[in-house]
Amino acid sequence: MSEPPARSKTELDREFSELYRSHLRDVYSYAYYRVGNHHDAEDLTEQTFLQAYRHYERALRESDGRPLRPWLIRIAHNLAANFYRDRARKPQAAIEDAAVISAPHTTETLVEGREELEEILAGVRQLPDDRREALIMRFALGMDNREIARALGRTDGATKVLLHRAIKQLEGIVNAEPPAGAPRDRAADASEASGAARERG
Amino acid sequence: MSTTEFEERLRAALKPVDPPEDLAHRVERTLVSLTELAADELEAWELSSMRDPRNWVRPAVAAVVGAGAGTALVALRVRSRHKRRRSQSVDLLDLAERTVRDVADEARKLLPQRD
Repeated sequence: MSEPPARSKTELDREFSELYRSHLRDVYSYAYYRVGNHHDAEDLTEQTFLQAYRHYERALRESDGRPLRPWLIRIAHNLAANFYRDRARKPQAAIEDAAVISAPHTTETLVEGREELEEILAGVRQLPDDRREALIMRFALGMDNREIARALGRTDGATKVLLHRAIKQLEGIVNAEPPAGAPRDRAADASEASGAARERG
Repeated sequence: MSTTEFEERLRAALKPVDPPEDLAHRVERTLVSLTELAADELEAWELSSMRDPRNWVRPAVAAVVGAGAGTALVALRVRSRHKRRRSQSVDLLDLAERTVRDVADEARKLLPQRD
């Protein structure tokens, strides 16, 4: 089978611009929920697109017509991993701001809704990295199992299991959340931790 | 609460986040400046370094860095100081010299971060 004709630099730049415009919000959302603050999310987003620009032609060739969003998110995922490794830090506790700002609420439901969202987001932050990332990809970016599998470098089956366990663990965390001021249920934490260890093992 | 209901809540909690408007402009400017850099600064390297073999190592350093993931960052940082170098330079060759030095400095700063 013959190779597709090579694209000109102008064509590549135009196509990359389209990719960038289509997925800026996805990459930014992923970065924001991953690092937990706007400043680092902006840096991560910028670096993701710079890396993507450098390798775009090859990615296009190797994608075989498949969507490039998982490839972009994988770049962001790798950069975020380096970000934590280099700076030896974890996500900051600010991600509730994003959801509350971007989710439209009526005045009547604002307080109740905000508390509910904060509980869920606090639970998301407690998840192991791979489960948290899978949930961000599914629910913030709307990626399907196949896309998430490509972004995380896993099989479709393993991704399905990962998502299922992530949701179950999060449900457990949220349902076990004590009233404000009360100590956390350490038994629930321990149970989830041992479940995660079994999955890794 | 059923799992479906819980997933709906999760979807509401993890709403997509709109990037700040200036980020979109910044990334676009960066990408454009990378293209300009290739035509502008890289041309200046050759003028300087090819005249004097002692300088050949500098483009070589730049080429090595160019093969790595830090290229864009080097380019960006060097590009951001372009006006200052131009005002400090007495002629084109001096500008080229300063540019090459700047690239090498930035490359050195960046390389330890990439181990």
